[in-house]
Amino acid sequence: MSLVIEQILNGIQLGVALFLLAAGLTLIFGIMGVINLAHGSLYMTGAFAMAWATSKTGSFWLGVPYGLAAAAIAGILVELLVVRRLYARDHLEQVLATYGLILFFNQMATIIFGRQPLLLAPPDALSGFVTILPGIQYPVYRFAIIVAGLVVALGLYLLIARTRIGMLVRAGATHREMVRALGVDIRLLYTFVFGLGALLAGFAGVMAGPLYGVTAGMGEQILILTFVVVVIGGVGSIRGAFYGALLVGIVDTMLRAFMPGLLRTFMAGQEADALGGGIGSMGVYFLMALVLALKPKGLFPAHG
Amino acid sequence: MKKVAHAFALSALLAAPALAQEVKIGFVTTLSGPAGYFGQDARDAFNLAIEHGGGTLGGAKINLLVEDDAVKPGQGKQIADRFLKGEGVKLFTGIIFSNVAAAIVPDILEGGGTYVSLNAAPSELAGKECHRNYFVMSWQNDSLHESAGANATRLGYKRAFLIAPNYQAGKDAIAGFKRFFKGEIAGEVYTVLNATDYAAEIARIRASNADMVFHFIPGGAGIAFARQYAASGIKLPQVVSGASGDAVIVKAVGEPFLGTAVSAQWSSDLDNPVNKKFVEDFQKKYGRMPTQWAAQAYDTALGIASALKANGGKFDQAAFRTALNKADFQLTRGPFKFAANQHPIQDWYAMNVVKDAGGNFVLKLDQKILTNHTDVYGKDCKM
Repeated sequence: MSLVIEQILNGIQLGVALFLLAAGLTLIFGIMGVINLAHGSLYMTGAFAMAWATSKTGSFWLGVPYGLAAAAIAGILVELLVVRRLYARDHLEQVLATYGLILFFNQMATIIFGRQPLLLAPPDALSGFVTILPGIQYPVYRFAIIVAGLVVALGLYLLIARTRIGMLVRAGATHREMVRALGVDIRLLYTFVFGLGALLAGFAGVMAGPLYGVTAGMGEQILILTFVVVVIGGVGSIRGAFYGALLVGIVDTMLRAFMPGLLRTFMAGQEADALGGGIGSMGVYFLMALVLALKPKGLFPAHG
Repeated sequence: MKKVAHAFALSALLAAPALAQEVKIGFVTTLSGPAGYFGQDARDAFNLAIEHGGGTLGGAKINLLVEDDAVKPGQGKQIADRFLKGEGVKLFTGIIFSNVAAAIVPDILEGGGTYVSLNAAPSELAGKECHRNYFVMSWQNDSLHESAGANATRLGYKRAFLIAPNYQAGKDAIAGFKRFFKGEIAGEVYTVLNATDYAAEIARIRASNADMVFHFIPGGAGIAFARQYAASGIKLPQVVSGASGDAVIVKAVGEPFLGTAVSAQWSSDLDNPVNKKFVEDFQKKYGRMPTQWAAQAYDTALGIASALKANGGKFDQAAFRTALNKADFQLTRGPFKFAANQHPIQDWYAMNVVKDAGGNFVLKLDQKILTNHTDVYGKDCKM
């Protein structure tokens, strides 16, 4: 039983990290209609800036604002210099241009920081374990990610649901032309949304650094899962991104954890382990196919 | 007039090495990516051996052509092809990864070249596809993990938990460990290759009734795994091969790796004059501890030197083969012979991760665990 609880926590932790990325991606697609493949690069930018600042200042906590600022600034620059020219173009050209950005960012990171992964330790305050329930210990750092992610999700909800700017974002996601017709400075709104998405991606990158190490190309490893989340949750829907991310995180973790054991009940050990591992890593794509078959617009479609 | 004289003098200088006996060695290795330090250590140690030979290996002036394969078999193939056809290279070494070796070693052999491996040695090339111009001076891949299995048995562990990536080398690692481990297997996990998050797998280790963990996660991902394992608070001892516990990994993971049992065919504190000189000079020249990858490359250079020396500093394929097979050399790792499949017969050692007087985390020699060990594939080799 304790294993199940621990794995659920692991799933939520992965889900929360995915949500931070998916929220930006889904907003950018929902409002501007741009498929931003370079979203993972903004995640990587946050992680690298944070690792660099942490090694210079010697403090994790001083590194965090650097990581967030670098990701947001990189996001705004990308919007102003590249993405702004793509709004009127079709998706193929957007994909080509943002794929080019991936190559650019990865090569840049390699030139500046080299190919060795940068390793950084979590701060002392977040090292060690918490006892969640009697007998269940969980790493503090992973637990902190869950808490931080949920706080950010709440903040994002309040921003979108309760503020004027959030109203514009919501309106932009569902009735883009109407917002424009009402005289809202849509270019400024676009830049803001892109910057916000980059900030969230950067936050995910900052939190991932101490856990996985920081390397060029780290963004693409998680980007694919992020797209799965966006598709499952419904393109353009923040609420969909939240539930989709948790669902993907938990399903992926549970399958990886328990599929081999399940298969072992009626198969030979080694084959079950190999097959289970395979199914475990394919599971979320089955889930995506299932959702698309039953609800083609995702679980929480933004547009009606 | 003076200018012309200078030009003559310069061209004479440039021409001079071409007149002397010069042997080109194609060194295709991995210098980039998280595993780039493998190739870096191999290259540096190989150069050190050339330096120790006074700019030669066995009296032959060496022109070492080093190129990075970036762990891409395709890229490695292109480099080897260029070396073979463009540069006329006949002697090759340097490959770190088995998937790269499997792609380009057959090309080199078919192209009339000789390959002396300083690292990767996949099972096919040790068995059915063995070749008279293919030598291995490191180990057959399985031996690494067999030594870990033997070490775990020696340490009296009863229930092992095994974890490796879901690809050929990962499966070989687990098979190799099992071949020499006498206890039972408490659990076996195959991860996605190049995964970064091991939370789900680590939780399974915690829930198992294992009394030790064996892991083979090559490259930078291994460091991520070791750190996450440490952060999980599981106190189960780790028994690994040198591939998951070299000097670089031990240093990067630090404290949590303390007490881990590591096994390899070489240790920096093996007591023989060749090793003493190698370890001391490597540190002096490069300012870091040599890894086992460095020692293997140095040994390979010594092997090549012995065969070139036997032929008066010239490279002749058939004569080189005969001379190398005699294994007339002293290596950093001690006794060494070639089996019929031209793979090593050698001893394996257990080491422990300890903290030295300077507070650094290092590998310390424990004892010999396997004597005259060879691989299981040799019986399929018909040369």
